Amino acid sequence: MRFRYRLAYTKNELMRYTSNLDVHKSWERTFRRAKLPIAYSQGYHPQPKIQLACPLPLGFLSEDEILDFELNENLDIDEILNHLNGKMPPGFEIKTINETLEPQPSLQVQTIATQYRIEFLEEQSFEKLQIQSQQILDSTSILRERRGKKYDLRPLIEALSLLEEDHKPTLRMTLSARESATGRPEEVLDELGIPLNKTRITREKTVLNPAFNAGK
Amino acid sequence: MKNFSDLEKQLEQILPLVEKPGRYVGGEYNSIIKDWDAIETKIALIFPDIYDLGLSNLGIQILYERINAQENMLAERAYSPWIDMEEQLREHNIPLFSLESKRALLDFDLLGFSLPYETLYTNALTILNLSNIPLHANERGSDYPLIVAGGHATYNPEPMAQFFDAFLLGEGEEIILDVINEYNNWRTSQEAKEGLLLRLSKIDGVYVPSLYHPIYQPDGTMQEIQYANQQVPKNVTKRILGKLAYIPKKFIVPSIGVVHNRIAIEIMRGCTRGCRFCHAGMINRPVRERSVEEIIAGIEEALDNTGFEEIALLSLSSSDYTNIVDLVDRIGEHFIGKNLTVSLPSLRIETFSIDLMEKLKESRQGGFTLAPEAATDRMRKIINKPISEEQLLTTAREIYKRGWLTIKLYFMIGHPSETIEDVAAIAELCKKVLAEGYKTVGKRAKVHAGVSTFVPKPHTPFQWVSCDDQQTIREKQTLLRNELRGPGLKLNWTDPRETMLEAWLSRGDRRLAQVIELAWQNGARFDAWQDHQNYDIWMSAFDAAGLSPDFYTQRARFSDEIFPWEHINPGVNKSYLFEEYQNSLKLELRNDCREQCYACGIIQTFKDIRQENPGTSWKCPEVKIRARAE
Repeated sequence: MRFRYRLAYTKNELMRYTSNLDVHKSWERTFRRAKLPIAYSQGYHPQPKIQLACPLPLGFLSEDEILDFELNENLDIDEILNHLNGKMPPGFEIKTINETLEPQPSLQVQTIATQYRIEFLEEQSFEKLQIQSQQILDSTSILRERRGKKYDLRPLIEALSLLEEDHKPTLRMTLSARESATGRPEEVLDELGIPLNKTRITREKTVLNPAFNAGK
Repeated sequence: MKNFSDLEKQLEQILPLVEKPGRYVGGEYNSIIKDWDAIETKIALIFPDIYDLGLSNLGIQILYERINAQENMLAERAYSPWIDMEEQLREHNIPLFSLESKRALLDFDLLGFSLPYETLYTNALTILNLSNIPLHANERGSDYPLIVAGGHATYNPEPMAQFFDAFLLGEGEEIILDVINEYNNWRTSQEAKEGLLLRLSKIDGVYVPSLYHPIYQPDGTMQEIQYANQQVPKNVTKRILGKLAYIPKKFIVPSIGVVHNRIAIEIMRGCTRGCRFCHAGMINRPVRERSVEEIIAGIEEALDNTGFEEIALLSLSSSDYTNIVDLVDRIGEHFIGKNLTVSLPSLRIETFSIDLMEKLKESRQGGFTLAPEAATDRMRKIINKPISEEQLLTTAREIYKRGWLTIKLYFMIGHPSETIEDVAAIAELCKKVLAEGYKTVGKRAKVHAGVSTFVPKPHTPFQWVSCDDQQTIREKQTLLRNELRGPGLKLNWTDPRETMLEAWLSRGDRRLAQVIELAWQNGARFDAWQDHQNYDIWMSAFDAAGLSPDFYTQRARFSDEIFPWEHINPGVNKSYLFEEYQNSLKLELRNDCREQCYACGIIQTFKDIRQENPGTSWKCPEVKIRARAE
C-alpha cells in the first residue's frame, strides 16, 4: 500500500540558485534524514516517489511550491511534521501537508497557472510601467521567439497588474502553466524592457486544477 | 519579508550573471552560523578551489566541526570564486566573503588555507588579494588576520613561504586548536606580530618560515639554513594523532550538485606498502586503523544527519585494512538494500577484491578499478609495487566473469629509468586484459587506461631523481595513443605542461615565490584545470624572475644535497629514503612493512605517542617501556 501526500513549501534566498533537479535531491535527503518511509519505484534504478508541481526557474523565490510524495505507511500529518522537525534545510519552509486521494494524475498535469510578484531592484517609473502593462493587456497577440521557436505570449498572460507597495511599483502576474503552454515572467519583463538581474521574482501561488479536488 | 543586507543587495544583482550562483550562497543543511558578535575568535577555513570540489573536502569538514565545537570560537568557510565571479567581485569592489555570515575575510582573526596540491597556489593568492590583504607575510602587521596553511603540499612549504605566517604540519585536528589558543594568549598580551610568530614557533608542528633563512650556493642549490635566533627549532616535525579520534558526523549537505555528494569516512590513515613514488604513503605514516564498530557507528550517525545516498570508505589501500572482511560484512548488514551506494577504493589486484566489491553490491556500471602503475617486472621492482602479470590477468578475467564490462587500469609513466619498452608494455598489458574480456564476455568488454605522469615528490625515495622532460613525456604518450586506439580501448593522459607545473612547484625552493607571484599577476588561475592552460604565463614568469624551470625538474639531486625542505620532518628519516632510493637502483624489493619493520624512523620520532597507544591499531611494532633509571 502506498499513501500519497501533498506538501506546500516556500523556497527562500538560501535555495534561490538551487535547480529543480537539486531541489528534488534536497527533498530526497530531507525525507531520508526524517526517516520517513518513502516509497520507491520498481526496477533497476529505484527512484523515490517524489514529484514537483512546476519547475521554478533558477534565481526565483517562491512562497508556494508544491510537491507530492508517497509513503509505504499511512502516517498522520502531525507524525510526518514531527519527523521533519529539525531536518529541513534552511532554504525550505513547510506551509502545509495534506493527504491526497488516489488515484490522481501527476502533479505536473494538475498545475494550470502560477502567480508571480516582481519587485524592482532599481527605480522604475510607476506611470511608464502602467502604460506598458496596459498596452500588453490591450493587445490581442504578442509574437515572440524563444530558443528558436515562435510563440504568442499574450494568451499565456492570465492577469497582469501594477501595485504600489512601500512607495515602490510592484508587478503581479498570473501566467498559464499548462503542458506546452507555460508563460515565463522573464518574457513579460523583456516586453517591458527590464533586465532580469534588476528584479526579484517571487512565485506567490501555484494554481492546481480544482477538478481534481485533492484533499481528503 | 526579509531585510537584505547591503552585500546581499549587491549580490542579488551579480549572482544572476555568473555560472552556478549557488556556489556563493551558503545556507546548506549542517552549516553552522554562530552569533558573530558574541564570539571571541573567528576562523575562516579556506579551500582555494571551487566550491564544487572544496565542499566535500574531509579535512575542512573535520576542522569545521572541531572549531565550532569550541564555545569561544567560530569557523566559517570560503572557496575560490570561479573566474566570472572574481571579475564581478572586482568590478563591484566586493571583498571575498565567508558563506555563513557573509563577512569579508579581513574581519576574521585567522585564515586557515588547505593546500592539498600545488596547483592551488595561485588561487590562494587570488583569495588574499580579493580580500584586500597584502600577499607577503612581512607586509601584514597585527591588524591583519593571521594566515596559515596546512595540507599535503605544505610538506614542502618553501615555494609559498613568503605568503603565509605559519604552516601547520601534519594532522590538523589538534594543532589547529593549539594555534588558536596561542593566538588568544598573544592577543591579551598586547605584543607585536613578532611576538605571535615566536609563540607559534614553539608549538610542535608549527613552522614559521620568517624565522628561517635559506642560503644558496652559486649553483643554485642550498648551502644551509640560518635561524633567526637560538630558540627556533632546527627541524619542525609533523604532528600526528595517536588515535583517529575525530569522525565528522555532520557533513555539510550542499544545495547544489557538487563533485562528491557523500559521507566520507577514513577507515585507516597511512599505508604500509612502501611504493617508492608515493608521497601520501611516506608522509602519512604510521598506519593507524579505526575499529569496525567505530566505522559502522560513524556511518550510521552521519547518514541520519545528512540523508546522503553515498558512503565512501577512504584509505590509501583498503585491502590492507586488517578487518576488511568483517567491515564489509557489517556494512552489508547495516546499509545494503537501503538505496545507498558504498564505495571502497584502492583495492589490491587479487580476486579477493572482487568478493569484497560483490558484497557491497556496487553497481557494475562504473567499471572495476585496478592500479598496477607499471607493466614490466623491472619497473615494478624500481617502484616497489610487485604484481605479476599473471595475477593481473587472472583478476581481470574474474572481474569480467562476474559481470563488470569495464576495467579501469591506472598506470604512471616517467618513473626513474623508464624506457620506451617499459611504456610499450603498458599498451601490451592493456590489450592482454581486453583480450581476457573478449574471451569472457565478448565484444562488450572494455579497458580504460588512465596514464598519469610521475612527478618526483619531496620526502619520498625519488626526491633525488630527475623528471622526464616534456619531449620524452610526449614521445611516450604518442606511443600509447597510437597503440591504445580501437574498439574497447580508451586512454586518458595528463598534459605534460601541467605535469611540469606540478613538478616545479613540488620541489621548489623559496625563490619560486617570485615566479608564483608573477604568474599570478599575469593571470594564472586554476592551474589544476585543463581548460586554463597557463603554461606560457609560467614560462615568462620564470624568465622575469631569472630562474630556470629545468633546475627544479630536469636535474638529479646530489646524494648529499641539502633540500629546500630539509628542516621539515615528516617522521621518516632522510637516510631511510636514501636507502630506498638505492634499493630501487638495485631493483630490490621491500616487503609490506607490517611483515617486517625497516626502521623508517616513524617509531623513533613518535615513540612517546606509540607508548601511549599500545596495541594493534598502529601497524608499527610496539615500543617497549623502559624502566626509568633511578
